[in-house]
Amino acid sequence: MKPAHRRWLFLAGAAGLAAFYLWGLSGLPGFGNYPGPYGPAILRIAVAQTHATGVVSAVNFEYRGFDTVGEEFILFTAAVGMAIVLRTLRRERERSPVDEAKDRDAPPTSEAVRTVALLFTGPVVVVGWWLASHAQTNPSGGFQGGVVLATAFILIYLAGEFLTFRGFSPAHITDAVEAIGAGGFAAIGLAAVCLGLPYLYNFLPLGETPGAVSSSGTIALISFFVGLEVAAAFILIISEMLEQTLLIRSGGD
Amino acid sequence: MSVAVVTPYTVPVGLMDTLQVTLLVLVAAGATAVVLIRRRVRQVLVLSVYGIMLAVLFLAFQAPDVTLSELTVGAVALPIVLLLAISKTRKKEE
Repeated sequence: MKPAHRRWLFLAGAAGLAAFYLWGLSGLPGFGNYPGPYGPAILRIAVAQTHATGVVSAVNFEYRGFDTVGEEFILFTAAVGMAIVLRTLRRERERSPVDEAKDRDAPPTSEAVRTVALLFTGPVVVVGWWLASHAQTNPSGGFQGGVVLATAFILIYLAGEFLTFRGFSPAHITDAVEAIGAGGFAAIGLAAVCLGLPYLYNFLPLGETPGAVSSSGTIALISFFVGLEVAAAFILIISEMLEQTLLIRSGGD
Repeated sequence: MSVAVVTPYTVPVGLMDTLQVTLLVLVAAGATAVVLIRRRVRQVLVLSVYGIMLAVLFLAFQAPDVTLSELTVGAVALPIVLLLAISKTRKKEE
């Protein structure tokens, strides 16, 4: 195909895309206008029905809890897939975690990085834990809390060595925590079924005061399990990536 | 906006509009910057800053939950994964 033809083909395609795009834009509701019935309905009933003042969490872990189970297992599957793809193959042998390529462009960890990372590790753990366990009261949740918790372990890696990182998050414990997190969510749903209720039905007592940490029944519990799962999955993914650099293929490059 | 709820923390409409438009422009500029920068490490750092801008944008559009997700994933987790990948794969060439 000649360049001129290609250009015309591109222009025709781009014109078509622009036309459809503008057509779609013109059909959008006005800025800030939400025409659907669900938003107002949820806002009216959510706090009274679930005793959770974090309405987004109430939607995530209660009204559409079934979708969230699916999302939970997306991350679980991703971490498991990563562990399988990056497993130690038969032709690979593990190198000791000591840096063998001394000549590579890796400056030593500066004291500044080390100090800041160590200073932040504790507070980051507290914030992550708080986020994961307060989904029912304010904007937060297991997902955000889990990622923040995982960040604390990355700070440990930044401040020290891979060995310290692995010492703080041994693979078998991380694997177990990930499984407990993912399985816990599904198990809460099944517990409701065992009681003769629909899957993921909020069967726990909702607590007296909406907005108290102990309120909202299964919402708080599910959020906590999601936090465990997400934290473990992120740590697993990062440590798999780090471990990968310690492997050398025998006979290969 | 049919029902206007006024709290002690309510920002005047004009100010909020200005804030939102400013943030939208900043985010557009940040996204363009991320694409245009060619040095990888620098690109990752700008990507992290872009994540923070996006998080503030979500906050201004009343989505604090999404703000938290964007802060943790867009500004921290993604850049860390990218930086680790870069630092582990690059040779002494740079």
